[in-house]
Amino acid sequence: MAADETRTEVPGGYLYRRHSLAVRITHWINVAAMTILLMSGLAIFNAHPALYWGKSSYTGRPPVLSIGLAEGPDDSVIGVTTIAGRTIETTGVLGVSNDRKGEPSARAFPWWITIPDDLWLSMSRSWHFFFAWVFVLNGLIYLVHGLASRHFARDIAPTGGDLRGIGASIRDHLLLRHPRGEASKRYNVLQKFAYLAIVFVVLPLVVLTGLGMSPWMNAVWPGWVDLFGGRQSARTIHFVCAWLLVLFAFVHVFQLVVAGAWNHVRSMVTGRYRVDTGSAGGTS
Amino acid sequence: MKLGDRRKRRRFLARAFGALAAASLAGCQKLSTSSWFPKVLDSAEPLNEAMAKLVGRRAMAQEFTPADLSPSFRSNGTAMPDTDAYRALLAAGFDQWRLVVDGLVAKPLSYSLDELRALPSRTQITRHDCVEGWSAIGKWRGARLSAILAQAAPKPNARYVVVHCADPMEEDGTGLYYESIDLDDANHEQTILAYDLNDAPLPVANGAPARLRVERQLGYKHAKYVMRLELVESFAALRGGRGGYWEDQGYQWYAGI
Ligand code: HEM
Repeated sequence: MAADETRTEVPGGYLYRRHSLAVRITHWINVAAMTILLMSGLAIFNAHPALYWGKSSYTGRPPVLSIGLAEGPDDSVIGVTTIAGRTIETTGVLGVSNDRKGEPSARAFPWWITIPDDLWLSMSRSWHFFFAWVFVLNGLIYLVHGLASRHFARDIAPTGGDLRGIGASIRDHLLLRHPRGEASKRYNVLQKFAYLAIVFVVLPLVVLTGLGMSPWMNAVWPGWVDLFGGRQSARTIHFVCAWLLVLFAFVHVFQLVVAGAWNHVRSMVTGRYRVDTGSAGGTS
Repeated sequence: MKLGDRRKRRRFLARAFGALAAASLAGCQKLSTSSWFPKVLDSAEPLNEAMAKLVGRRAMAQEFTPADLSPSFRSNGTAMPDTDAYRALLAAGFDQWRLVVDGLVAKPLSYSLDELRALPSRTQITRHDCVEGWSAIGKWRGARLSAILAQAAPKPNARYVVVHCADPMEEDGTGLYYESIDLDDANHEQTILAYDLNDAPLPVANGAPARLRVERQLGYKHAKYVMRLELVESFAALRGGRGGYWEDQGYQWYAGI
C-alpha cells in the first residue's frame, strides 16, 4: 500500500513494501492499547454491571442489560444476565465465575478478561485513562498520516470499480476465496468498508461516548451528551462499540488467516508482502 | 532459506506470541501491585485535569427539568453515620450543628443551619455521576460556597477547600470522610452546600444536614454530612496525603472523568 514499489524477486513471485512505517507502528500500538482498554473497561463495568437507556440510571425504567446473582437450585448461587427483560443463566462466565484459584466468585466479567484480575475499580480506571491517551494520540498520528500521505484516499477509499464489484466480492468472501497476484496488492471492497467503518465511525464513537461519561466534559457544551440519548445511553453505546470492535477484530483476524496470515502479518510488521506471480523468479 | 527453517521460525514466533500474551495477562495484575507502575499510569491524571481546565474552566454542568428527576435519589456509601456525636446532632434536629470555616482565612466563621439557609442560595436540577458508572438526577438547593468564601476571605496562599465530614468510614468509628476541591471549583456558580433535596430537607441517607455539590465531578467528591471547611495551601500533610478518603484508597483526586 506504500508508495515505495521497490521489489525483491523471490522464487514464484516478489516481495514489495505494502505498509508504511507509520501505519505499521500505529497499528500495533493500537492493538495493544485497545486490548488494555477493553479489559480495563470491562473491569470498570464490573463496578456497576448494568446498562441503561436515558439521561440517568434511575428513570423509572429498568436497565437494558444487567449481570448479577440469583438463587439457583438447592440454595446455590448462580450468575444471571438480563437483556431487555429476559433473564438467562450465565454461571461460569457472567455473574459467577471461577477466580484464579478455581473458587467461584461473584463478579460480572471473569478475571481473565479484566485488568487487573481483582475487582479494583481505581486501578482499572488508572489503566483505562492512561491507555485512552495512548490510543487517542496514536489514533491522531494515524489519521494525520493517512490524510497527509493520501493513504486513505489511495488505499482505503472505495473506487467506482470497487463498488461495482461488491456482489462479486461478497461471493468471494463467502467462498473464502481471495485475490491472488497483482489483485492481492489492493484491499478488497469489503475490507475497505470494514476499515472505513472502524476508523471513521466506531472508533470516533467510542471516544465521544467515552468523553460523554465524563461529568466535566459534559459541561463543556451542556446537553451535548443528549445527542446520544443522555449520559447513561452514551455508556451503553460505549459498551456496545467495545464489543463491535471485538467482533471486528475476530473477523479481521479470521480473514487474514484465510487470505494467508503469515504474509499479511509480515507485511504489517516488516512492511514486506509477497505477491505470487506463478512463475519462478517471474517479474510480471 | 530452506522451507524447514521457515516453518521453525514461524512456530517459534507463534509460541513467542502466545507466551507474550499469557505473560502480559499475568503481568497486568503484577504491574498493578508494583510500587512503580501505578505511578506511570497516574501520570495521565494531570493531563486529564489540564485538558479539563483548558476546555471548560468555567463551564456549567448540564441542568435538567423536573421531568428528568429520578423517582428516588439513590443513597450510596454511608446512609447513617454511626457515631454518638452524629446521633446527638440528628436527635436535636441539627440545632447544635455548626458549619465551621477555618484554616487559611482572614475571618474564621461558623454557621448554624438557619444561618446557612439565609445565605445566597442556588437551586439546580443536576445529574449525579457515581464513579461506579450509575447516575441519578436530583433537585438541589443550597448555599453558594462562593458566598461563604467571600465572608471568610481566604488568605492569598489558600489553594484548596478541605471538606471534613461526620461519617466514619471504619467500623470502629474512625476514618472520618473528607474531600478537597480547588478554589476554581469552590467558587463555581453551581458549587453549593446543599440542604434540600427534591424540595424537602436533605435526608440523612443523602448527607443531612448539608452536603457538597460540585457538579462537574464524580459522586465521591460530593461529600455528605459536612462539618467543617478548612482552607489549606496543600493537603499533602493531611491524612493519606492525597486529598480525600477515596483518593487515599487510590482514586483520582481530579474526578471530572
Ligand atoms: C491480533 C490482532 C490483529 C492482527 C493480527 C491484525 C493484523 C493486521 C494486518 C496483517 C493488517 C494488514 C492487512 C493487509 O495488509 O491486507 C491489518 C490492517 C488493519 N488493521 Fe489489524 N490486526 C489486528 C487487530 C486490529 C484491531 C483490534 C484493529 C482496530 C480496531 C485493527 C485495525 C486495522 C486497520 C484499520 C487496518 C488497515 C490499516 C491501514 O491500511 O491503514 N486491527 N491488521
